[in-house]
Amino acid sequence: MSATAASAVPRAESPGRRALRRFLRHRLAVAGLVVVLAFVLAAALAPWIAPFDPVATSWSRIRKPPSELHLFGTDENGRDVLSRVLWGARASLLAGGLSVTAALTLGVPFGLLAGLAGGWVDTFISRVTDAMLSVPFLILAIALAAFLGPALENAMLAIAISASPIFVRLARGMAMEAKSTEWVEAARALGNPPWRIALAHVLPNIVPPLLVQATLAIAEAIIAEASLSFLGLGQQPPNPSWGSMLNAAQRFLTQAPWMAIYPGLAIFLVVLAINLLGDGLRDALDPRARGR
Amino acid sequence: MWGWLLRRLGQIIPTLLILSVLIFALQQLMPGDPAIIMAGEERGDPQVLAEIRAELLLDRPIWEQYGAWLWRLLHGDLGFSWRIRQPVGALILEKLPVTLQLGLMAFVISVAIGVPAGIVSATYRDRPADWVANGVALAGISTPNFWLGIMMILFFSVQLGWLPPSGYVPLTEDWRQSLATTIMPAFVLGGGIAGVFMRHTRAAMIGALGQDYVRTARAKGLPERVVVNRHALRNALIPVVTLGTIELGRLLAGAVLTEQIFSIPGFGKLIVDAVFNRDYPVVQGVVVVTAVIFVSLSLLGDLLYMAINPRLRAA
Repeated sequence: MSATAASAVPRAESPGRRALRRFLRHRLAVAGLVVVLAFVLAAALAPWIAPFDPVATSWSRIRKPPSELHLFGTDENGRDVLSRVLWGARASLLAGGLSVTAALTLGVPFGLLAGLAGGWVDTFISRVTDAMLSVPFLILAIALAAFLGPALENAMLAIAISASPIFVRLARGMAMEAKSTEWVEAARALGNPPWRIALAHVLPNIVPPLLVQATLAIAEAIIAEASLSFLGLGQQPPNPSWGSMLNAAQRFLTQAPWMAIYPGLAIFLVVLAINLLGDGLRDALDPRARGR
Repeated sequence: MWGWLLRRLGQIIPTLLILSVLIFALQQLMPGDPAIIMAGEERGDPQVLAEIRAELLLDRPIWEQYGAWLWRLLHGDLGFSWRIRQPVGALILEKLPVTLQLGLMAFVISVAIGVPAGIVSATYRDRPADWVANGVALAGISTPNFWLGIMMILFFSVQLGWLPPSGYVPLTEDWRQSLATTIMPAFVLGGGIAGVFMRHTRAAMIGALGQDYVRTARAKGLPERVVVNRHALRNALIPVVTLGTIELGRLLAGAVLTEQIFSIPGFGKLIVDAVFNRDYPVVQGVVVVTAVIFVSLSLLGDLLYMAINPRLRAA
């Protein structure tokens, strides 16, 4: 796709390169990317970099304030808060990444189908999408998680299902737009079957907006996972997750405020970084955004 | 306009019907036998279990169960709570005013912060005021509201001792106490949404300020204040009003966690308690009511949009 655009306009840079240049010019977005990568690294390396076992309790070190030994203090069972925050990054990032991937795999094909097929298929898919969107995201996720039972996997599934209608709608709109373009017209005239048009001609063109939406959805999914875990519907104790740590912390606000500060700060930082990244991607990838 | 309204209703009804199927289908995901959950202590008695199954129509085919459920739903019967032994509709009606008070306060806070911030940000575009407003909005959107709640309790209740950390006093009982117990949760709930309002107002204002009629107004020599307030703002607020009704609906979802943190006995706490008591009819009932409120609000948003935008009225 980049080659055709580059050959059409002599000496113009490829769209990919232009997007990269625009993205790098966005200093905040680059900072966001760095923070996100740092969290991904922390999550991946948690077993090696966490100073303590995240579930090992110690009755002699209950609710100790931050010190050199325990940088973020210890919790109500004498567990190291820093180690739990590092391990908790796994639950959060995994939930964010996996549930949005699942939402994309679920939503995009249905959206493409609705947009390209039209007729009653479109009507049916659109009404189901509307129905799901008429329940606020978090309430839908809570209800689903409630009926599925409390577990991190179920929370992720609930988030994935709740997040998918956005992608159906986006993919449908983009597919309808693409359907009326000349290149799809040309592909159809050449006798390409519909599935081939969908995969080879429509999908690549809707990747940039989907990527932007997916990035922002990851931020929302991380908050949703933390919310569900906070309510006790996600990660189950003693395994650490930022949401469940905040739940425990709420009972010891007066005695051990550090238990509440660090896990929340972690959620805030990673979500802020992902949002900055998403905004930067939008500016970089949206061809309609001001040139410069 | 009537034709449009009919078409819109023609979309809403199938949407709600499909939603009812989905909500009913939730039951099928439920682990374990509902009759056993409902029987409680008497779960060992086959006689009791059979009676419950017959009462809940669990012994009938699934489509018949759905039909009966929908029929009662259409008559305003949301079912019976398994734990609290009360009609779900009555429970929801009892809790809804609390959430409504919280939601309206949050809505006022979010509009009062978000809309002016968006206007300032758009008129001083790419200048320090704009950066600050954008930064604060992004931070607000990125803060999980339950964490903000905990931090506010830590600061205003634990450190300063100014406000009660939790609990709720109804407006009718003592309005001062009522405001004291709801101001923090309302701020927590409205804070993130203020960021959303700010961003939308800013975008709409930037769009409006670039229009020809604004250039004309400036060329006429009108003072900038009049150009911004009379010409740009009025047009920019049209999409923001529609957005407002949708955000009002989203406050319901935010209320779930906020009420949990501040122990406010509202709609959100009802669904969380129901989830833990495995009181599935209440969970379903709350989802149904939320969806109906949400759909009504988005219809209201469209109607308001028509009402304040004269260009659409003729069509």
